[in-house]
Order: sequence, then structure tokens, then C-alpha cells
Amino acid sequence: MDTPYAIEMLNITKKFPGIIANDNITLQLKRGEIHALLGENGAGKSTLMSVLFGLYQPEEGVIKKDGKEVKINDPNDANDLGIGMVHQHFKLVECFTVLDNIILGVEPNKHGVLQKEEARKKVIALSKKYGLMVDPDAKIEDITVGMQQRTEILKMLYRENEILIFDEPTAVLTPQEIDELMQIMRNLKAEGKSILFISHKLAEIMAVADRCTILRKGKYIGTVETAKTTAQELSSLMVGRNVNFHIEKKPQKLGDVVLEVENMTVASKSHNNNAVKNVSLKVRAGEIVCLAGIDGNGQTEFVHGLTGLEPLVSGTVKLKGQDITKAPIRKRNTSGMSHIPEDRHKHGLVLDYSLENNLVLETYFEPEYTSPAGFLKKDNIRKTAERLIKEFDVRSGQGPVTIARAMSGGNQQKAIIAREIDKDPDLLVAVQPTRGLDVGAIEFVHKQLIDRRDSGKAVLLVSLELDEVMDVPDRILVMYEGEIVGEFDPKKTTQEELGLYMAGAKRMEVKA
Amino acid sequence: MLLLIQYTLIFASVLILVALGGCFSEHSGVINLGLEGIMVMGALGGALGMRFLPIGIPGFFYILLVLLFAILVGVLYSSLLAVAAINFRADQTIVGTALNMLGTAAATVIVKAMNTAANPNDVSSIIQYIEPKKKFIVYFGSFEFNWFMLITLIILAGAWFVLYKTKFGLRLMACGEHPQAADSVGINVHKMRWSGVLISGALGGLGGICYILAGVSEWRFEYGVAGFGFLALAVMIFGQWKPTRIALAALMFGFFRALSNTYMGFGFLQALNLPSTIYNMLPYIISIIVLALTSKNSKAPKAEGIPYDKGQR
Repeated sequence: MDTPYAIEMLNITKKFPGIIANDNITLQLKRGEIHALLGENGAGKSTLMSVLFGLYQPEEGVIKKDGKEVKINDPNDANDLGIGMVHQHFKLVECFTVLDNIILGVEPNKHGVLQKEEARKKVIALSKKYGLMVDPDAKIEDITVGMQQRTEILKMLYRENEILIFDEPTAVLTPQEIDELMQIMRNLKAEGKSILFISHKLAEIMAVADRCTILRKGKYIGTVETAKTTAQELSSLMVGRNVNFHIEKKPQKLGDVVLEVENMTVASKSHNNNAVKNVSLKVRAGEIVCLAGIDGNGQTEFVHGLTGLEPLVSGTVKLKGQDITKAPIRKRNTSGMSHIPEDRHKHGLVLDYSLENNLVLETYFEPEYTSPAGFLKKDNIRKTAERLIKEFDVRSGQGPVTIARAMSGGNQQKAIIAREIDKDPDLLVAVQPTRGLDVGAIEFVHKQLIDRRDSGKAVLLVSLELDEVMDVPDRILVMYEGEIVGEFDPKKTTQEELGLYMAGAKRMEVKA
Repeated sequence: MLLLIQYTLIFASVLILVALGGCFSEHSGVINLGLEGIMVMGALGGALGMRFLPIGIPGFFYILLVLLFAILVGVLYSSLLAVAAINFRADQTIVGTALNMLGTAAATVIVKAMNTAANPNDVSSIIQYIEPKKKFIVYFGSFEFNWFMLITLIILAGAWFVLYKTKFGLRLMACGEHPQAADSVGINVHKMRWSGVLISGALGGLGGICYILAGVSEWRFEYGVAGFGFLALAVMIFGQWKPTRIALAALMFGFFRALSNTYMGFGFLQALNLPSTIYNMLPYIISIIVLALTSKNSKAPKAEGIPYDKGQR
């Protein structure tokens, strides 16, 4: 124990065919510190963590625990070494109780018969000690995302893990829950736990971490003490250039109402209540309206109702004054609505089609692409594809004939955006358009949205990212449990204020 | 009336055993559509046991041996599903269907090859077990108590206990709901799924021998088990994958099946003058109606039918 480091990953190199995911990376986690791991998507954070958990074996480099070299072949080895992780997508069984999830895999038992009382006492003691309030007998499917995350943390504590890894833990939380999580992390640190905090949110890293290791494109950039740096410096280390956080917008020129939704109600697929309850809103030409809220408060169903993916229970939808409530999806597409869907694999692309075919999915039937006899005009499709690929900088292995499945997430998203914007729609419905994209790509997408607005079209943005909610739109509508509970001017509100409405703690009357 | 209760109980026993089998398989994450085929094979194992075991063995051991034969053949047969669905990630619906088609056909071929007919020149697909059958039955007055009723009750209680009170049950259900979560806490998903499928093989085999013993004292293997494997699946879905509800659902289906054997005993039913085929169809018609009405709210194990791939995280 003569080393200050709890875990060390020294000179790790991990190669995949055609790419070096981790190139000589060193990460040293001190005992009792909160250490941030910062990097864009594709920087190699996940690969590095997979190496730590024994999911991948590195080609080069060693892992040391308390100064002694260790071999980690699978997650059980990592667990034996006291390493635990809160995954970005929780690994919880939804129909089990909190307690069952915590003990799963390390069940206290007598001859195979569960001894839950013992476990319950230990869990209650742990949640008191660290301020992790959660009902051990509640089912996971009934509790909030924040509580689910606490369950994940309790899982690690129950196993007496000393090294705790949090993978992008704040992505799914409200601002208040984020503050609570930060406090929990500080409590854990005070109890001597060592924490590795994976994130690309600079403010959080500055607030809670002691040190920060930065990766960029698979390479180790450096480790800095957060007390001696600034968010601006961290960001340029992460991206490799100066990022323009400020979004340039021209002064607003409001036009006519483009979208008018009245009293929309949409049924839910997962429960008996309606997912969208009597929602009315208007979007005018020349503005970006953002529908904000925590995931699962009816935004998805609202968009499905709006775009025709699901039927309405009641209400009307008007596009440029024309009633399209019952119109089929193609009719909506051809009368000026574009949709960048939330689930790009399910609703955005035909993954096993080529890029060029995906780019004309909504226009292939036009005379430009189909001859009167019903044959596709391949040459025209190719020309359009090549033009869009160039304009929107869609990168792929083989150009227009690349199979969509083989493209990276960011480029799949760019392809969808190219297709939707090329139609020059009066209304662009963009649902989480920057999800899973890196800083550079996010900048690009935001610029496209603003361009639409500046050219006098309407944009309805649905977003879960608070930074995006604050920066991009002209008007924010907060959705909570299927209703619109607040309307804000982003210049005159704060993230904290929005958070209260998103969590249902406050509400106001909103007239469309 | 007594006859109706007796038949209801014995048919319900069959359905409970097989549906519990399906329940274990599906809770582990593997859809077992092959229950029908597994029943036939289990029945074959048990029937061959009864045909060739010396009748002199004391009743208790005799029953035990017959059951073991049925279980063993059921388990062996279900391992085909396990290998294909778990190790080779085959489509579970197709493998299950293949098991069903293979089951009845293979059993018929095997029995014909053995040819148990008295005259060796006849080719018969029948196995007789007139004497052995008596060992399974105890008379309380005119009520014909079949040991299978007790065995089923014990297994039902056991299944409930295993699923909800043991480490094994918790892990099994985790694999059917969220195998990635199970894997992340060090549970071997493949091993648990194998266990689930083999248990369904054992219970399916038991259900098979119970089914052919419930009726007459010989079995023509071309008949298979008349869709009881599928009826058991309906019972399992209607029972929401929960042992207690499965038992209730099985009693209901068993009752309608029993009605077709005994409706002649009820004056008012006889007076309706319906053809017997109506009664024979009842359980199947009811299962369609019930599933159409209830399956909207059914909560199947979330990950069932999806082969587990470690790489997908």
C-alpha cells in the first residue's frame, strides 16, 4: 500500500481492425479522489473502461491495483478487485424490487434459499450512511430515474466495492437530481471511496472532480488538476481546437403560424393513462420552439401523434392552416413537414439499404426518380445522393453505395438531416437531433436548425439536453406527464428554474 | 359429477405440469414452443418403461421409475432446443415448431419399429399398459385418485418456492428479463437458460406421460397429445407466467376438457342435444377467446425469444 494509487492503467493500447481505439493511454486513480475521464464520443473512453472490466484484452500495457499488477479477464475479476460501475444504461431488472436488484448475483442464502431480511438491513444501513434514500421494496419500473441510479450505486456499495465508476451519470437526470448526485459523490469520497467519473460535461467535472484525464481520438492528452484549470481549457484539450459555445442567431422575424396543434391526446403504449393529455401549441415561421422535459413525459408520443406514426385519441393538427389530423404520413411529408426521428435506426433509416436509397426514401416516387413505367432512375438518385453527401459532409466507407448500417452514428444522423432539410420543409420536427453526437457534429446540427429559422421556416425541437434547450430555441415549452406545464423565454430563465418545472415541482397555465 | 371433478383434476394436472415447464423456460428467456413434441417424447419414454419394466416391482418404485423414464426422455429431447436456441442462437419459434413435428413422427416410427402387437405380422403404433396403469390409481369410493394429482400439487408448490424464494429463481428470472444485467453481476446467462430449458423438458415429459395415462390404457402414438402442449402455452400466458395463476387457469381449461368426456352425465347438457364435437372443441375455442381478450395486458419476460449475445451491451 505504499502507492497512492488505487488503480493504475499504464500504457494501454487496444486495437480493432482498422482503428486504434486506445493508443498508449495511462490513467491513474488515486485513493479517495474523484477523477474525471473526459473525451468526445469515439475518444476511447468506453474501450478503456471495457479493458478495465476485462471485456477486452489490451495488446499492450498493464493494470495495477494498489501497485500490484493484476490480470482482469472478465467482469467477475473486476468485481473481485472491488471495481464497480454505474452503467450509462442501467443494468436493472425492471419488474424486480430495488432489493432484489441489489442482491442479484451475491444473494445471501442458506442452501439456496434467499435470506432477504439480512440483505434489507444492510441496504437500509447503507442508504442512511450515504444519503441514498430509496425504498428497498419498490419495483424499479415504478421509481424515478434518479432513484434507479441510486439503486445502481447501492449495488456497488452492497458489494463493498472501493473503486466506483460512473459512466455519464448525469445524462438522464434533472438539474436538482444532478446536484444530489454530486453531493452523493462527495459523501462517497469522504468515506474513502475512489471514484472515476466519465463525462463530457465540463461544468460538472469542474464542480466535483479533483483531477481530470483527457482523451482525444484514442490518444492520451494529459491529466490536469481541476483547481488549476478552466472549463475553456478543458474543452480545447478535449476537442483539439477552440469551440464556439456561443450560438449566433440573427434577430428574429416572426411569420405566420405554421403548425397549430389543438387539444391533442395520445394513448400510451406502456400504461393505461394517456401519454399526451390535451396539449395545444403553435409554432410560427421564423422561430425554434423547444419541447423540453425529462425523458418519458410524453414527448415521444406527442411527436408520433404529430408526424402520424400513431393515431390521436382526440384533437387536431393543422399545418399551414390545412387539417392533417388524419392525413397519412406521406401526405404530411409532401405538404411541408420534415421529421428527424428520435430513433434513427427504427424510424430514420432502412439500415440494410445503401446510403443513396436512404437519401431518397421520402422522394423516390417523384417523377425525378421514378419513370412512368415504375422503374427507378438510378442515375438521378446517384446524383442527388452525391450532392447531399457533399453538402452535408456525410462520411462513409464507399460513398453512395455504403450500407447505412456500416456508417457511424454521427454520419447516419447527418444523412437523415440532409434528407429532411433538402426537402426545404416549412416545419422541421427534430427530436433529440444531437443525441450521441460529438461536439463538432453537435455544432453542425445546431447551425442547420438555426439556418432553417433564419430562412423563415419553423422548427420544433424536442430535446433532453439542458444546454441545448437553453442555447438553441427562441421559446421553451416544458412537458411534464403529458401536459405542457410551462412556457419560457430562454434568455429570461435558468436551468434550475426549468428543472423545477420538468420535475413537476412547479407549473403554470400555458395558452397556445 | 364426481367424474367431472376427477377428469378436471387430471387434465388440469397435465396442463399445470406442462405450463410450469414452459414457465421455467420462458423465465430464463427461451420461448419453448416445442412443449407438444416434448410431451410426446416424454410419453413415449414413460410408456416404454411401463411396457418393459417387470410388473412385479413394488408400486412406489414402479411409479418412480416410469416417471424417471418420462423425465429423462423429456430432458434429452429438450436439450435439442437448448443447443439450437442458446448455443447456436437459432430462432426459437422455428426450433420449437421443428421439435413438435419431429416429436410425433419420431415416436410413431420408434413404436412401429418395436412393434408390440401380439401378431408380429401386424404393424402397430400402439403401446398397451393395462396392468401398469392400475398402479397409478387409488380408489376412494368411486373416485379414481391418480397419483399424478398429488405429484402435480407438490411440483406446483415446489415451482412457486423455487421461482420466488431461492437464489436460483431470482437469477433465472433475471436472465429472462434483462440478461445483460444478469451478466454484469457475474451470472452465467447461458447456464441459467440451459437450466430453464431442461426443467421445461422434465416437466413437459412428466406432463406427457400423465396425459396418456389419464385416458385409456393404450396409446396410439400417431395421435400425439392432441394439442395439449399448445393448450399449456395458452394456460401459461393466461396465468401470466405465475405458478398460482397457472394453476387456476389450468383448472378452468381442464374443466372444459373434462366436460367433453362427461357431458353425457348431465341431463341439462344432454338435453341441448349438441354434437359431441362441440364439447371436444371447447377448450381450444376457449383458449383462443381468452388469449384474444387478455394477451394485450400480458407481461411476458422481457428478453424471451432473444438469443443472448455478450457483445451487445
